[in-house]
Amino acid sequence: MSGAEFKGDRTDAAVLAAIRSGDESGMAALYDRYSAVVYSVALRVLGDTGAAEDVLQEVFMQLWRNPGLFDSSRGSLGPWLAVIARHRAIDGLRKRRPETDIADVVVAVEPDMAGDAERARAMEKVRGTLGAMPSAQRQALEMAYFEGLSHSEISEKTGEPLGTIKTRIRSGLLALRKTFAI
Amino acid sequence: MSVHEQFAEDLALYALGTLQGEERVTLEKHLEGCAGCRRELEQLRGDMALMALSTAGPVPPRRARQRLIEAVAREPRQATATKRTWWTVVPWVVAGALAVGLVAVWFQNSDLQQRIAGLQSQAAQQMAELQRAREVVSTLTATDAMRVTLVAAKTPPQPQGKAIYVRDRSSLIFLASNFEALPPQKAYELWLIPTNGAPIPAGVFKPDAHGSATVINPPLPAGVQAKAFAITVEPESGSSAPTMPILMIGAGE
Repeated sequence: MSGAEFKGDRTDAAVLAAIRSGDESGMAALYDRYSAVVYSVALRVLGDTGAAEDVLQEVFMQLWRNPGLFDSSRGSLGPWLAVIARHRAIDGLRKRRPETDIADVVVAVEPDMAGDAERARAMEKVRGTLGAMPSAQRQALEMAYFEGLSHSEISEKTGEPLGTIKTRIRSGLLALRKTFAI
Repeated sequence: MSVHEQFAEDLALYALGTLQGEERVTLEKHLEGCAGCRRELEQLRGDMALMALSTAGPVPPRRARQRLIEAVAREPRQATATKRTWWTVVPWVVAGALAVGLVAVWFQNSDLQQRIAGLQSQAAQQMAELQRAREVVSTLTATDAMRVTLVAAKTPPQPQGKAIYVRDRSSLIFLASNFEALPPQKAYELWLIPTNGAPIPAGVFKPDAHGSATVINPPLPAGVQAKAFAITVEPESGSSAPTMPILMIGAGE
């Protein structure tokens, strides 16, 4: 199978099957579909284009070296890659060894992120939801998500009680989920 | 199956990877036995993926694509169709067998040379067994595998489930074939029926387009003696007790 055979409408399953069979063109297709998602979350966390590129390379190479890390029981490929990229970027930011075992990560989410148009619509919705959140809630969620801070560290920085921070983080994530609830 | 409210907030922190210390240990222990909370964890990770979308916009420089393509070309790989869940089992099985072999050789051979020779033989045997196990696993888990159920001629294929359970290791493998598709929000749930006590949830699954599915090593309490296995239809997050009717049931031989 050559790279030219991959079209935009080729399913993630077909791309993954190519990667599992050792077909290098499958990696090119994977990159073209999901590099922006992986790179943008890593860049937002790390604030450095070179470091974000390294995360991008690491996440994709892990899948090439061990394609069995992902299968359909782990959810959709795009959301899974986004979550893994965020974990790896936070590990880099906090200069720590990887704390989350990739093989344990299962991601349940709609919509999937395979199509550019779907991604763009979902992005608008997510930004709208974040924009509508009370600023204290958005701040707590962003500190936990993009800075990898624990609720204790956020509590120290903001002066808010621990329990309040915990509640804000969870309800912030649930608000995002509700945006896409049928 | 709902989320245990006392763990709801810690689950969000755990999904984010920021829960530490005793709270993390307690939650991980709870997750081992609670399908509802595991399902909520998956949902929270989905919420995290949505959060990642808020960053969309920047695209990597062109050189990043070339860098990846070159790195991939430097590491050519043969076809593989493994699943990590299986690979975690194989080394443990081999390691366990090797340990048993070591103990046996220790007691049976006082002569050092004999012991070394015995160990070498064991190792070679284990390597051969590992290779055979890899071949079996590769075939069983291949996404492009053709799965065929043979039945008596002129009999339409029926739903079939095969459960392979090793009590001492709490290890369970379940293979389903010819299962009918279910409506959204519904899933099949496998139950371990113990010799004493209530049915124990042993994994929720949905068949693929061909009606096939596998459940591999679901979380189970240690050392439960199974009398039978059964299947019901449940909400897709799973249930803590089976909803009647029982669709399929089979007792051990």
